Amino acid sequence: MSVVAPTSLQGVLDALSNEPDAHILAGGTDLMVEVNMGHRRPPSIVATRNVRELRTRTRNGNLLSIGAGVTYTQLGAPDIAETHPALSAAARTVGSPQIRNSGTLGGNVATGSPAGDTLPVLAAFDATIRLLSVNGSERSVQWDAFFLGPKRTARLANEVITAIEVPILNARQDYLKVGTRNAMVISVAGLALVIDPASETVRCGLGSVGPVPLRARGAEGWVAERIDWQKMTIDTDGAVEFGRLVGAAAQPIDDHRSTASYRRHAVATMAERALRRLLPS
Amino acid sequence: MEPTSLNYTLNVNGISHTVNDAWIGESLLYVLRERLGLPGSKNACEQGECGSCSVLMDGDLVCSCLVLAASVGDASVTSVEGIAKFDAHSDDRGLSSVQQAFVDAGAVQCGFCTPGLIVAVHDLLEHNPHPNDLEVREAISGNLCRCTGYGRIFAAVETAQKLRAADPTTGPTTGPTTGATTGLTTTSTTRAGVI
Repeated sequence: MSVVAPTSLQGVLDALSNEPDAHILAGGTDLMVEVNMGHRRPPSIVATRNVRELRTRTRNGNLLSIGAGVTYTQLGAPDIAETHPALSAAARTVGSPQIRNSGTLGGNVATGSPAGDTLPVLAAFDATIRLLSVNGSERSVQWDAFFLGPKRTARLANEVITAIEVPILNARQDYLKVGTRNAMVISVAGLALVIDPASETVRCGLGSVGPVPLRARGAEGWVAERIDWQKMTIDTDGAVEFGRLVGAAAQPIDDHRSTASYRRHAVATMAERALRRLLPS
Repeated sequence: MEPTSLNYTLNVNGISHTVNDAWIGESLLYVLRERLGLPGSKNACEQGECGSCSVLMDGDLVCSCLVLAASVGDASVTSVEGIAKFDAHSDDRGLSSVQQAFVDAGAVQCGFCTPGLIVAVHDLLEHNPHPNDLEVREAISGNLCRCTGYGRIFAAVETAQKLRAADPTTGPTTGPTTGATTGLTTTSTTRAGVI
């Protein structure tokens, strides 16, 4: 039984090497709930909170690399809000100020809940997850190969998520979320929309409407043909049809938080709304 | 032989405490209340929903139920019991300006949520001395009160601002902090960490 809180990434790898059964603790907003409820009794803990390397943000050309330990509060910082306002907006909808001060982007990704608020944005941006294993090898996994099912990811037990890489696009973007109220709510449905005039493409990420975050690729391709890219406008019928197509792309289920039919309706409405907001007539 | 319990120290309200023979999974809230004799932080939901256990950790407002006590290390913890000590505007009765404002405004009914709200409002006013209504609502959105309907609590936040403005002591003194700097994005309460 041990709890270690290394101050370097190498320290984390060494600790995981010594205690292969250890649980990795980032912000604690997921793991501690399970511990408090008696659902998990971790044999050992490796806490990443003190690792400054995991709290950095670096811009490399057209790629923003966000350290796994960056908190939701920090995702609202001006440098991220400027290039990725949809990510900042998604982070702002997470829990409460207390939760946002603790919870991290890497933790959201590692938990891999279908309701993870940042995940639709990461899907829309085709984010890449950077992993480092105890033997020192690094690999990158694109989001759609990383999220395998509800709370199941491609991260191996001997790997740490070090960063999430998101391309910097000069694109219009928005994040919308439906829950039972504004504060302190787990998403019933979430949607990220990115409209990139340079490539004349649309990317639409969906959350809480499938076992993993989804992309509405058919709807994206259809609406990209419909948008007037010169004027940056969309006609009313086109916006409505886009919503319908996004709703059709969802794979929602009934659960304690909502019903499948409401979730499909919600993402359709959010898709149309986000499109109209980003392409005002 | 592999140890079956943990011994560590915790820095709470400026005092170093020794914790002996602890279970690995104990939350900071549990240790504050059950081991250190600091029951001000309240235990309700144990999942970060209610905010009644709010404390400052290195100057950041967090739910102590979601902090693994044994991982706190050198971080400085400020619980409601220490708030007055770290408020430059505390009165001679040992109440912080926010505590006094809650008394004056009658913002306490059953009192269970009060310690968490005191810490949250203290944190708000230290970083944003003159918040607007929406900023106040967002700042206390993680603190549930089932008695007051929040009206008196909003009044207390206003009272606290007046008490602080009337106090000759100038400038916020938040006690032990690291990391937090004010970053303006969509509101002035959204804080950015140091890169």
